[in-house]
Amino acid sequence: MSEIAAVVVIGAGPAGLAAAAEAARGSDRVLLVDAGPRLGGQFWRHGAKDDLPQAPAPRWHHGWDTYLELRTDLERAEAAGRLEHLASTHVAALDVREDGLLALHLALSPTGEQLTTLLAETVVLCPGAYDRQLPVAGWTLPGVMAAGGVQAFVKVQEQVPGRRVLLAGTGPFLLAAAASVLQAGGEVAAICESGDLTGWVPRGASAALVPGKGREGAQYAALLVRHRVPYLRRRVVSRIHGTDRVESVEISRADDRGAQVPGTAQVLEDIDVVGLGWGFVPQAELLLQAGAASRLDVDGSLVGVVDGEQASSVPGLFLAGEITGVTGASGAVAEGRIAGRAAAGRVSGRAAESSRKDASARSRHRLFASAMHRAHPAPAGWADSLDEGTVVCRCEEVTLAEITAARDELGARDPRSLKGVTRAGMGMCQGRICAAAMTCFGTDPLEAARTTAKRPFALPLTLGTLASAEEGTE
Amino acid sequence: MTARGTDVLVIGAGAVGAAVAHYCTLQGLSVRVVDRGAPGGGTSSRCEGNILVSDKERGPELDLANYSLALWHGELAEHAESWELERKGGIIVASRETSLVSLRRALTAQREHGIEVQEIDAEALLALEPHVSPGAVGAAFYPDDSQVMPMQVVAHLLALARGRGAEVLPYCEVTGLMREGERIIGARTTRGDLPAGAVVDAAGPWAARFSALAGVHLPIAPRRGYVMVTEPLPPRVFHKVYAAEYIDDVGTSDTSLQSSPVVESTPAGSILIGSSREQVGFSDAISREALQRIAANATALFPFLRDVHVLRHYHGFRPYSPDHLPAIGADARATGLWHATGHEGAGIGMSVGTGKLLAQALAGHRPDLDLDPFDPARFGDAAPAGGPR
Repeated sequence: MSEIAAVVVIGAGPAGLAAAAEAARGSDRVLLVDAGPRLGGQFWRHGAKDDLPQAPAPRWHHGWDTYLELRTDLERAEAAGRLEHLASTHVAALDVREDGLLALHLALSPTGEQLTTLLAETVVLCPGAYDRQLPVAGWTLPGVMAAGGVQAFVKVQEQVPGRRVLLAGTGPFLLAAAASVLQAGGEVAAICESGDLTGWVPRGASAALVPGKGREGAQYAALLVRHRVPYLRRRVVSRIHGTDRVESVEISRADDRGAQVPGTAQVLEDIDVVGLGWGFVPQAELLLQAGAASRLDVDGSLVGVVDGEQASSVPGLFLAGEITGVTGASGAVAEGRIAGRAAAGRVSGRAAESSRKDASARSRHRLFASAMHRAHPAPAGWADSLDEGTVVCRCEEVTLAEITAARDELGARDPRSLKGVTRAGMGMCQGRICAAAMTCFGTDPLEAARTTAKRPFALPLTLGTLASAEEGTE
Repeated sequence: MTARGTDVLVIGAGAVGAAVAHYCTLQGLSVRVVDRGAPGGGTSSRCEGNILVSDKERGPELDLANYSLALWHGELAEHAESWELERKGGIIVASRETSLVSLRRALTAQREHGIEVQEIDAEALLALEPHVSPGAVGAAFYPDDSQVMPMQVVAHLLALARGRGAEVLPYCEVTGLMREGERIIGARTTRGDLPAGAVVDAAGPWAARFSALAGVHLPIAPRRGYVMVTEPLPPRVFHKVYAAEYIDDVGTSDTSLQSSPVVESTPAGSILIGSSREQVGFSDAISREALQRIAANATALFPFLRDVHVLRHYHGFRPYSPDHLPAIGADARATGLWHATGHEGAGIGMSVGTGKLLAQALAGHRPDLDLDPFDPARFGDAAPAGGPR
């Protein structure tokens, strides 16, 4: 790449697609970089045949029409030479240079044959989010997945990862994951929701703001009723049993803090897969690498601070989608449009045309999301009744007992010290899986969230790749 | 608010401050340790945990290294497991005949000063390190080179000190010093005034800033270094292996980027890869050049590393001293002020020796080693011409 890109959009999910489509209207040097082989991100994840002309809409997808519209927009922009899509390309790091340009360090595949540097005048960062996980006895057994992993499996493989699935955690996404399983021919043993949903009236004020969400919810409800799926409120998984893989699951009543109530255990037999989901964690490593301002959102997620144009505190860096707060796909599309226009406008020097429609959709979805997060908090008491021997950091096999000993006996009272003393979070996943758990051991939640989300490389790179790094347009 | 006074107030809860605290309590002194952040949160958590004799030249630094090594494997041996002490041995690899000549010269001198070292040929090197580049022409093997997990060292030394009554105050920043006439009698901090008979500067690379509060010049400067950490692997690197050029990098005062390969495994299975040295102040701006050079050097030394994934990298600031010697002992320019800093990249290894010697001096005893070469006042009152800022 010899020239400097005007707008680079990172991520091809709902926010990124919308940002790229809008940016390409205002600029002819737009690049869309995404780790996946196809457009769509996690939300519209699909197989190759779904992109064929006249292919039917996959039945587990919502807003597929929006995807098709955005895809068409991008194809037109690409044909007109205004936009380029770099598929299967990872952004390993994002630096802000002294001259104000943003430098993206790209790896061209997971193993990354080469690391190239790409310079951009503006970047729209739409990295999405992944499932928030909390430790529970037996969660390292094969067959235990993230709820999002269960759904991704269905979207790509078009089959279920196991015959009988239990979904547990909190939030409406459990319903979406359950629906995917049912639509792919699987059986859902139950959905365990830790909250009691008081104060959450699905057809109440917030839902009225976004009618689409209400329809989606009603469809899920009908599907669950038809398949007689038990929806159990105030229930948490207290232990997962199995020798080589999941066999049965013990569930218990949850108290107000989401902790198991002793003596209420009940065993669900014949379970093949457990999908656990406690909401989502935005992928904040590139945000932090760039040094952009961050804050804690209602759901405890670390998110970027943005203004009305989706601009971060770093000049030229715009944010859209879950990285500004987990709001779901429709809100992400609205944010993406605003950010894409603003980025192109910054480069051309022409003020971005404001769209009242997008701005209003954005605020409605944000309001809805806040109400949803308040109704589905990740339970504060998750660790109260956890076995001492339960593994918290799966990669480095660090148990709860080791972490509490480091805290109580060695004075490691913040996540960074705990990590340094116990190695929790230092392994292959770089703390992605245990981040939510580890932040609970800190006294300052914002600092804890920043510490656990800080990753100097967004993905592992080989030393061969790093050794071959070239400085691109220097 | 003024707290109860202690005999000793240690500024900085890194490995050096923790060792000072530990040995002072063993001398029967009452101790308080403060740190601006969490214990070990500075240089100690951003290094490799080296306890090396192989990179030392004859002189007072080598004496201190040998003295410390004897403590690690002697009176502190009972804690070896808690801080993952491993006598893994160090190997310096020469890739060219010219570097082999300099390596031979260095090891002959080191041997005269009691360092155990064997020269090994290319074949013997491959027997010790089967995956090392076949291009090596020779090497030197130092069986005493060791490693610890530095965060565990800090945590356990502080726990030992606390067990004998020491108080550790994290997130407590020094804002000024308490004085009685010319004498320093404690520190003013964000958690109140902390009176003490002696204030010990164990502030590592921040020692110059701290010393300025006390009105004395101490030209300790941050010297940045990167470390890369790989995915966990079955053991394929068995010693601390580095290139002969590393010794020159350690000994130079050049402020620009130097890089030479240092490769070693940890008990967790990941491989630590260094090294770089550059003087860029306390800058956190990532140097892609440093990372690229470290990767290129490491893959040249161990070709199999080309396909190994790096999970993360970190950088830290070594407390660089212009004459490559630490500052240890009472400061003649400010009564009540003591120093234990300036060990550059050798602070973990020499922490325990430094702590023990300083504690002996603080308790009014004659230290086991003469502290004169480490006199903190030796740099004078102003920055020497051409020295680091």
